[in-house]
Order: sequence, then C-alpha cells, then structure tokens
Amino acid sequence: MKQIPAPLWTLTIGVVVTLISLWVGFNNHLLPEQASAQSVLVDNFFNVMVVIGTALFLVVEGTIVYCMVQFRRRAGDDTDGLPIEGNLPLEAFWTAIPAVIVIGLGVYSVQIFQEMGGFAPGDRMHDHGMMLAQLPDASMTNLVAQEGAETLRAKSVYGIGAPLSKEGQSADLEVNVAGMQYAWIFTYPDTGIVDGELHVPVNADVKLNISANDVIHSFWVPQFRLKQDAIPGKNTELRFVATKVGTYPVVCAELCGGYHGAMRTQVIVHSPSEYRNWMESRVAQADAGMNPAAIATNPADMTEPEYLAPYSDELGIDPRLLANLAD
Amino acid sequence: MAQANVTSEMMGNSFPHPEKWKWYHYFTFNVDHKVIGIQYLVTAFFFYLVGGAMALAMRTELATPDADFMDPNLYNALLTNHGTIMIFLWIVPGAIGGFGNYLVPLMIGARDMAFPKLNAAAFWITIPAGLLIVGSFFFGGAQAGWTSYPPLSLITANTAQSMWILAIVCAGTSSILGAVNFIVTIWKMRIPSMGWNDMPLFCWAIMATSILALFSTPVLAAGLILLLFDINFGTSFFRPEAGGDVVMYQHLFWFYSHPAVYLMILPIFGIMSEVIPVHARKPIFGYKAIAYSSLTICIVGLFVWVHHMFTSGTPPWMRMFFTVSTLIVAVPTGVKIFSWVATLWGGKIRYTSAMLFAIGLLAMFVFGGLSGVTLGTAPVDIHVHDTYYVVAHFHYVLFGGSVFGLYAGLYHWFPKITGRMLNEPLGKVHFILTFIGTNLTFLPMHELGLKGMPRRVAMYDPQFQYINIICTVGAFVLGISVLPFLFNAIWSWIYGPKASGNPWNAKTLEWTTDSPPMIENWEVLPVLTEGPYAYGEEPAEVSS
Repeated sequence: MKQIPAPLWTLTIGVVVTLISLWVGFNNHLLPEQASAQSVLVDNFFNVMVVIGTALFLVVEGTIVYCMVQFRRRAGDDTDGLPIEGNLPLEAFWTAIPAVIVIGLGVYSVQIFQEMGGFAPGDRMHDHGMMLAQLPDASMTNLVAQEGAETLRAKSVYGIGAPLSKEGQSADLEVNVAGMQYAWIFTYPDTGIVDGELHVPVNADVKLNISANDVIHSFWVPQFRLKQDAIPGKNTELRFVATKVGTYPVVCAELCGGYHGAMRTQVIVHSPSEYRNWMESRVAQADAGMNPAAIATNPADMTEPEYLAPYSDELGIDPRLLANLAD
Repeated sequence: MAQANVTSEMMGNSFPHPEKWKWYHYFTFNVDHKVIGIQYLVTAFFFYLVGGAMALAMRTELATPDADFMDPNLYNALLTNHGTIMIFLWIVPGAIGGFGNYLVPLMIGARDMAFPKLNAAAFWITIPAGLLIVGSFFFGGAQAGWTSYPPLSLITANTAQSMWILAIVCAGTSSILGAVNFIVTIWKMRIPSMGWNDMPLFCWAIMATSILALFSTPVLAAGLILLLFDINFGTSFFRPEAGGDVVMYQHLFWFYSHPAVYLMILPIFGIMSEVIPVHARKPIFGYKAIAYSSLTICIVGLFVWVHHMFTSGTPPWMRMFFTVSTLIVAVPTGVKIFSWVATLWGGKIRYTSAMLFAIGLLAMFVFGGLSGVTLGTAPVDIHVHDTYYVVAHFHYVLFGGSVFGLYAGLYHWFPKITGRMLNEPLGKVHFILTFIGTNLTFLPMHELGLKGMPRRVAMYDPQFQYINIICTVGAFVLGISVLPFLFNAIWSWIYGPKASGNPWNAKTLEWTTDSPPMIENWEVLPVLTEGPYAYGEEPAEVSS
C-alpha cells in the first residue's frame, strides 16, 4: 500500500468503477423488447440511472467490504477504534453529491416525461370550444354551475397524451378501451369493430381512451413501457406510436379481483397492409352478422360471461374462468 | 422540577408493585414500560411468524404459473393480510412499540413513560387488531390488497373487509397513543444533565417517528372510516356510480401509508446508530447529521405520497412535483448510510450477530435505496408501477432493512431485556441463512417486474416460471432461517449464560443498570458523565 500513492489508487478505482458502471448500465438486458417510441426514452433514462446506481453501489459496498476486512478486530485486541466524531467537509461532500445527482435526475425526468407526452393528456377541445388543458383538476371546479361541472368532470383526462413532437395534433387512430373483470374490450369508434385484442398499425399515432366498468384496472404493455389505470368514473388515456410489428402482451397491473392475474390479452402491431386486411375482414364479419354477440344484442342486457363467451378464444382466457365470473 | 413531580406521582406511591414481576404479570394490563415493551416484541414476533407462513403459502402457489395450489381468492386474502400483518402487527409494533417502549425511558434516564396507563392501553388495542385480522379469515379474508382501493374493496368480502378496516383503525389508534406518549416522554423526562444533543440517536429516531405518526395516521383512519361507511351504511364517498371519487381514497390512503414506510424504517435507523458504534468501538460519525436527517426525512416524507399514484388519476404537474420531492428523500437517507459506513472506518469491528445484521442491513439498504430512486421518477415508474420490481424494492428496504434491523436490535438488547446471553454461533447461522435467503428471494424479482410480471397475481405468464422458482426456493430458505433464531431465543431465555449489566461495554444509559433492569430501572437515577458514543482511543503507540 505504501508504495503506491493514494491519488493513483483513487484514479484507478474511479476508472474501473466508471467502466463497470457504464457496461452494466447499457448491457443489463433487464428490460423487454422496445416496441414503442416511448420505450426508447424510458430505457435511456433507466439505463442512465443504472449507470449512476451501479457506480454508487460499487463505491459504497466496496467501502463496506474494505472496512469489514481492514478494520476487523484482531485476536486479543480489546481496545477501541479511533475517536473520530465527524468531518464537516466530508459530510458536506456526501450531502452535496447526492443532491446534485437527484436534482439532475429530477430535471431529466421532467424532460423525458414531456417527450413521452406526459404533459398533454386530455389536450382537446371542450364542447363549447374552450380549451380544457389549462383548467385545474375537475374536483377543484365544483363551484361551477351544475351542468358545467358535469361536462368538466367528463372531460378531465389523465394519462399520457400526445408526445412533444405531435403536440396539438390529433391521433391517427382512436380506440376505446374498457376494463372489466377480467377482460379488456377494445372498440374502434370509426368502424364499430369490437374486439378482445388490440390491433394497431405500426408507426401510427394511436390514442387509447381508457375507462373501467367495475373496479380499477391498469392497462400495461411492458414492451411499450406504458401504463395507465382504468378508473371507474374517470377518463384516462394513453397515446403511443408502436414502432415494431409483432404481438405483445397487454397486462392488467392493478389488483382487480381473484382472476386479476388472468386478465391478460395482447396487442397486435400490424404492418399497414395487414392492418387494413384485418379491419376489412372484421367489418365484413360484422356486416354479415357473424358476430352477433357484439353487434345484434345490446351488450348492456347481457351478463358478463355471456358477453365475453364469444371472445374467450381471442382473449386467451380459459372458459372455466369465464364461468367463474358468474359467481 | 416538573419532571420530578411527574415521575414520583406516576410511579411512586400511586402504583405499588412487587419486587419482581412474576410470569403472569406479563399477560396483564401492566403499566411498566419494560413489560409493555416485551409484550409488544413477543406479540409482534408471533405475528411475524403468521405473516411469514402466509408468504410461504403464496410462494408455493407461485412456483407454477397456474393457480393450482389454492383458490385465487384465498391467494388475494393472503397477500392482503401478509402485507397488513407485516406492517401493522410486526414491524411497527415491534420497532416502535417494542424497542421504543423498552429503551426510550432507559436511554433518557426515566423510570417509565410519561403516561404508563395510556401506554398499556396502546398495547392492548393491538390485540383486537390481531384477532380481527385472524378472525376475518372465517369470512374469506379481506381480498383487496393492503391498499384496499375502492371500488374493489367495496364489492369484495364485505364482512372481512370491515373487520380489516376495524383492525387497522385499532392499530392506528395504538400508534397515535404511543406517539403522544413518546413525544412527551422524550421532551420532558430526560435526566436534567441530558440535553437534546446528548440524547442517544435511537431517541431522536423515535421522536421523528412519533411526529410523523401523529400527522399522518389520523388521515388513514379518516379514509378507512369513510370506506367502512361506504361498505356498511350506504354512503358513497368512494362509489363512482353515485358520484364518489375513488382517487380521493388513494390520496387519503397514501398520505398515511407513504409516511408509514418511514415509521417502519426510522426506528430501525435508530437501532443502527446504537448497534454500529458499540460493536465497531468508535463514536458515531456525524451525530448531528444523523439526528437532523431523521427530522428531514420526517418532513420531506410527508410530501411524497403521490409517487404511489403515478399511473392513477393524477395530473401531469402532480406526477412531476412528486417525482422531485421523492428524489430529495434520497439525500438525507444517503447522509445516514454514509455516516454509518464512516463509523465502520477505523473501527475495531466485533463480528457479533447484532453487528452482522447491522452490516447486512447497510449492504442491502443501499441497494433498496438505489432501486427506490429509479422508482421515484415518473417515466420509469409508469413502466414498473405495480410490478414485481416494486415488490423487490420494498422487500429490500423492509426485509433487508427493517427486519434485519429488528434482528440486530434483538441480538444487541436480548441480554439487557432477558438477562441472558444468546448463543453466538447459532446467531451467525441465522444471519447467513437470512442473508442468502433474502437475496435469493428478492433480487430476481427486480428482473421479473422489469420484464413484465405484475404484482398481486396468483397466475402468471409461463415465461416467468424459472425466475419464480428461484424466488420460491429463496423464500423457503428464509422460512428455515427463522428456526435457529427461534430455538436460540427460547433456549437462551431459559438456559442461556447470565448477562452482566453491560456485556457489550456500551455507553448509553440502559447499560448502567442490571440485566434485566429492576422495576423503575435504577435505585438512584444515573448522571450523565460522557456522551452516548464516547468510544475510541488514540492508538497507544504509532506502528512503524
């Protein structure tokens, strides 16, 4: 130890820790496939935090292990350690460094959140032409006349809106998503298609209007890195651009009852031509009355199992599970 | 003068007591803070075993992707009550009720708590809480998670849910009564020679904890009582179909339940600050920084609750504000971690079981804290919220943190509390099994969550089975790890070698009396002659 000067040790350790941290940060393979525009943003942010976290982890754990070995009591030594009660510059240093890091991460969060579209949910026109984005939360506007309050409540939307690059533009495709125990129902308002799976074209700007019929659910596509609760009595939305053709799971992430874990379906990202084919076949099916459960009867008159039965295959739900819904 | 009056009046002539408590006195409405402390610790540990058994049942279910071991509704009842029991009947009563009651009067040189009857009442309120939780299983058990979000909690197992609410209200009431008692005791009953900055850091931690409990617990109680009304009396505070607001409940719930994690970790931080200097034979590094960072955590911790709601009905400004406030908590927490590491530096570390658990806590809390920073930022939290990543994080801080800290405290103060020494080799076996089990169970969960497994599921996508099996094996290692401790504690309590008054050669006041201390703690109250952490000596000779 004595032969090598301390600054050289510090420098070597610093370089090694930095290299390991960078490697861990960008090669951790902990996140699933990236299939949406937002996933790239989130992953970069996560990986930067992994780099910083790994560096701090190595330094702190390394110091702990060093202390455990170097400062262990030697046999027969019953004396005390050094009477060091503190060191102001050192304490200032380790208060300031984390403070700088978290402020940096805070600023970075805001930027990423804005690019994801976090600042623009519900960015749309009121019935009477008034912009609502600037209005405070609905619950704060109860002083407004009764009718107005009702409209405001309905229009107050939470979630992830248009990404920064598309602010103020309307989405290419809107899909209404309803969560119910234990299924997601996707309705395409433009065509009237009702499905148990979400079909979207690749590279399209898709907006999901999310609602819940019974209890709170949460719409999550891990490969999109996006999640938004479906809340009874509130409107929420998710807006995303799927960037990769493929099939990805849609997972319910909020405890919604006994079969919460089975509330899974999928989102199928089509190439534009495939998507057109799918849409046309579904519209034709509907016209031919091949899907009476969804079209001919009023879904409100049916029990949930009856309503869901035709979809059990597509939903990937065990029919036994559907039967359980009746309980 | 005022405090002298209080002590003599409360503990002097008005409560005659025998020379020594008999065994059955521990089962009565006893007002001695040490009896109450033991009552809390033993009751809490019993519920730890109950909650742990529930966890093992859940991990057994999760060894396979299908719900084939138990009914999914029972699974939900187990996950709800596992969380509830571990929080409200193990860590909070164990750390605050148990160690707080036993140690605070001894550490500040008082003969008892300020309000002994209130103290006993606070303990005995937790018994119906426990009975209600256990009893709720006869009605299916509450199944809406420990968060009990409406509308699910309004439509699922109403009787059990109501019992659950009453149980939490009991536990919360106990917590409030305890908090008042601690604040008054620490404020008014220190021996005259002990200023604020001569106080052991455990007392600072209990002070901060009590302030936090007083501010936040009533809000939870309010939220839960509204929920109780919705379930039983036809109100519609949280019924969306009748104009109720389900997100309002989440705010009321998390306004308490985020500070609750500080209720569960601040006293543990206090235990750390006591255990580490004693066994490292060094003064605590940065006394004031540690003391005041407890208060900082307590204040900032009141303003971070929405980070549990980043995917709920929350507007953008709220998601951003609470991202930043959450990140700020990392600073005072970091100060504590660094101070403990610096306390090790230059020490002569005795690897007692207490010290091993304390260092184990330090190592794992660093990891849990770092994953907490990633969770605190809205962009990442939107992906990992309500996944196994969250489960992994909070078990690192609550198991790797709080439970390890409780064990450190048990090994450290067992000689004081029982007058007997624990067996050290068994303690080391216990530590090694617990350390391996913890990391085996909870480390892989990070990957599960990031890759796409939601929490609170009885059935899951088969692609996750391999990692789940590792977690289940780890959970059983943890289950087994309790056995050496249980055997050690029971055997040593009866047959262990007698402990001297101060077996660790420690400086805080609880070690200036016998082990176990007499009723009313001292014949003559001690006088402060040196600081609580006056360890350390300059090396006798400089080695060449």
